[in-house]
Amino acid sequence: MRFERRTDVPWGIVALAPPGAIAAALVLCAGLIALAGVNPLAAYAEMLNGAFGSRLAVTETLTRAVPLILTGLAAAVAFRARLWNIGAEGQFYIGALFTAWAGHGAVTGLPAPVAIVVLMLGGMLAGALLLIGPVVLRLRFGVDEVVTTLLLNFIAVLFVGMMVEGPMKDPMGFGWPQSVPVAREVMLPDLVARSRLHIGLIFAILAAGVVWIIQQRTVFGAQTRAAGLNPVAAAFAGVPLSQTLILVAMLSGGLAGLAGAVEVIGVTGYVTTTMSPGYGYAGIVVAMLAALHPAGVVAAAVFVATVFIGADAMSRATGVPSFIADVIMSASLLTMLTALLFTTYRIRR
Amino acid sequence: MMEAFDILTTASLWAAVLRIATPLIFGVLGVLICERAGVLNLGIEGIMTMGAMVGWLAVFLGAGLWTGLLIAALAGAVLGLLHAILTVVLGLSQHVSGLGITLFGSSLSYYLYRLIVQVGDLPPTIEPFQQLHIPVLSDLPFLGEAVFTHAAPTYLAIALVGVTAWVLARTPLGLALRMTGENPAAVEAQGLDPLRIRIGAVVAGSALMAVGGAFLTTVAFNSFFPTMVQGRGWICIALVVFASWKPGKALLGALLFALFDAYQLRLQHVVEGVPYQLFLMAPYVLSIVALVLVARRARVPEALMAPYRKGER
Repeated sequence: MRFERRTDVPWGIVALAPPGAIAAALVLCAGLIALAGVNPLAAYAEMLNGAFGSRLAVTETLTRAVPLILTGLAAAVAFRARLWNIGAEGQFYIGALFTAWAGHGAVTGLPAPVAIVVLMLGGMLAGALLLIGPVVLRLRFGVDEVVTTLLLNFIAVLFVGMMVEGPMKDPMGFGWPQSVPVAREVMLPDLVARSRLHIGLIFAILAAGVVWIIQQRTVFGAQTRAAGLNPVAAAFAGVPLSQTLILVAMLSGGLAGLAGAVEVIGVTGYVTTTMSPGYGYAGIVVAMLAALHPAGVVAAAVFVATVFIGADAMSRATGVPSFIADVIMSASLLTMLTALLFTTYRIRR
Repeated sequence: MMEAFDILTTASLWAAVLRIATPLIFGVLGVLICERAGVLNLGIEGIMTMGAMVGWLAVFLGAGLWTGLLIAALAGAVLGLLHAILTVVLGLSQHVSGLGITLFGSSLSYYLYRLIVQVGDLPPTIEPFQQLHIPVLSDLPFLGEAVFTHAAPTYLAIALVGVTAWVLARTPLGLALRMTGENPAAVEAQGLDPLRIRIGAVVAGSALMAVGGAFLTTVAFNSFFPTMVQGRGWICIALVVFASWKPGKALLGALLFALFDAYQLRLQHVVEGVPYQLFLMAPYVLSIVALVLVARRARVPEALMAPYRKGER
């Protein structure tokens, strides 16, 4: 028995990989749930019910999916170009911070739709700038961006902490370290009445569409893929590598920053140092489960959101620690990685 | 202003340097062993978390302190084996696999901790390693407190730097390991199996990382809590680049980093009117600056991150 590289990848196998990987992860985690003395099938049923069992549950799950779609896209566009942006968490926070700051005062006087667009573009720019730094360091000094983007996550969260305990502190916050709230008018309208689900969901799905068009229909998209597949060959073919990487960084960091901006004007209304339960890192899982495909990102984000919202409800009902959500998510990343092997290789006897 | 300098002359600062450096020394040696064999191990953050949890839990459930460290090492080795299977045997992306191991190791640690331990208002504690009292040496003025009154694992870490340097530079095993990181095809031509060497290196390196994590819960603190590793693993990845993949320099890097960290902690109390977050940011900023300074000169192992398949060019 040996591995043989596939010359062409049948799309059926690519489409089967994520469900297969998720099923494998759920089977593995069933053992952990059983350890807690709970029937795994009952627990999974409870999770599904918690994520989709009521109108409120569905809107909560979709609300949770919004930032995950955007950070998932951020990871997908970067990884496609072999730009290892592990800093979406930091870019999320910086985007959120800018939006909270500008939304409190700087955009007052503008008509609400204009103000909202300005806030989202500003959040994108803030996130993009945080990623351009590491990319310039890689191009100019050869510093690996994995480490720099990871370290910047810690710096970004500390910076947010400094702002919300200092200049941006909410005097009405009862001592909680949270920023002053943004103006009521710039909050995104609800998508579904009497729920937290906001029109940011539409923006996130539109963003996935835009990324798909960029990747499939533009020269830049083709250059990105070429740069990721084989940088040396791409350079020979005339792809401007540095310029391509900078643009990818702006797109990737921008998407992560947009996630933070949308979370502020869509859900919280202010910024805190705990507003992200790891959206940046979860984005990597989302991107991998989607095999880096924009449409897949939307589906994978809904899956991860389902796990998190469902696990909270399941944990309340059964007493299984809600950390099981993170375990399921990370296990499905590892099983998906293994499943991708079968899309590039086949087993020959 | 004078106070800021006075801190440098206190023995307690230098004692803190060694204490802060110890988990980094274990971690940095682990990273170094993996990378010299050609495998990037971004699983370190999760492996350290797992080591911190498992080592603490073993002692909490009645094992001895050294047994706790050993069990932590075994847990790290298991996660390392998983990373090795994915990246060395199956040749999958070392970046993604490593991040997956980090997410998996951390979340599994939190899950198992919550499952097994009843957490009240305060996390339960264990009796940690005690500071050694070495006759004569511990009683020396200044040096006694700064260097000779640490817990035993600190001295183990420093000894392991010497052992690692010696094995890498002077033994056939070390030569084979370094060659695997530079030119695995040449290793195979010698009749050795580069895949096995890589698997062994990742398993051993991961065990060391986990011991570094366990140091946090069995020496530095006496309890386990989520996110306690706080990016120490990522710092180790940066330190190995800074050290140009050499054990001696890695020790120096860990000590320098710890000096900076210990100093900023004390400076916070002296300097008024500066937000404490700026001090906490400084070590991370310093790591990035250090990387920029050395990146051009760093001698990266030639085959780092390149999966090896027998008989495939």
